[in-house]
Amino acid sequence: MDNSQENPQAQKVIITACDHNNQLAMLLEIQQLQFIAIELNLYLDTHPDDQQALMSYNSIVPQLKQSIASYEQLYGPLFHFGLSTSQLTWQWINSPWPWDM
Amino acid sequence: MWIYQKNLEYPVKVCGPNPKLAKVIITQYGGPDGELSASLRYLNQRYSMPTDKARGLLTDIGTEEMGHMEIVATIFYKLTRGVSPQQMEAAGLGGHYAQHNHALFWNDANGVPWIASYVQATGDPITDLTEDMDAEQKARSAYEHLIQLSDDPLVTDVLRFLREREIVHFQRFGETLNDVQGFMNSKKFF
Ligand SMILES: [Fe+2]
Repeated sequence: MDNSQENPQAQKVIITACDHNNQLAMLLEIQQLQFIAIELNLYLDTHPDDQQALMSYNSIVPQLKQSIASYEQLYGPLFHFGLSTSQLTWQWINSPWPWDM
Repeated sequence: MWIYQKNLEYPVKVCGPNPKLAKVIITQYGGPDGELSASLRYLNQRYSMPTDKARGLLTDIGTEEMGHMEIVATIFYKLTRGVSPQQMEAAGLGGHYAQHNHALFWNDANGVPWIASYVQATGDPITDLTEDMDAEQKARSAYEHLIQLSDDPLVTDVLRFLREREIVHFQRFGETLNDVQGFMNSKKFF
């Protein structure tokens, strides 16, 4: 059975610098949305009855989920332990790791 | 339980190798006011907190500090990548190289290893939250000193982000301290 087209090593070779820039841009969108979520989260910890902050937090959640889903479609799982799926091979361990990006 | 998310909280870029800057920044990894101290202190103090607000806040800030430890580690890693032993030695990292090569280790800027007595847990929530506010100010000061020492604008940008986070954490701990004080008074604790 010829499965060379599904070979992750072969896929790796065709990743270009442009791809890497796109990956960083998509990650940046996640980082920006999540930063808003972190800020609102800490604020809500000490102001749990603030309705406006609660609405803002709740509105970020689907946006962040959408950005993560789009990223994972192209670059593999952002989460381990059952929160993201891998395609064809166990993509979780693929480089680059965060300190090499 | 913790889940790893395979990205940094804030992107880290550096202009190039810079072991001199790495040598001082390592203190925010394993120095007294660094991110290891912060994350362990907060996560460990949760068990003796009397209110849900305090338990929640310590969980969330403790978790964010682990993310900051990863950011500081990444700065050190990138600033020392490909640096020769001679360059490490010339930058004052000869001792680090002898013991750890290019690996990360929880040292302060003078190479003193991390010790648990940098943090405290008295079981008194007022005392512990006051320590937490104090710790955030010390971390802010440390980041300001590092910003003064930094000759890499990309690293300075990350240090500014981390400094801002300490200010926000201080604010949230202050609100929690007030809340816990009110709770203790209402319970006529003494
Ligand atoms: Fe902090």
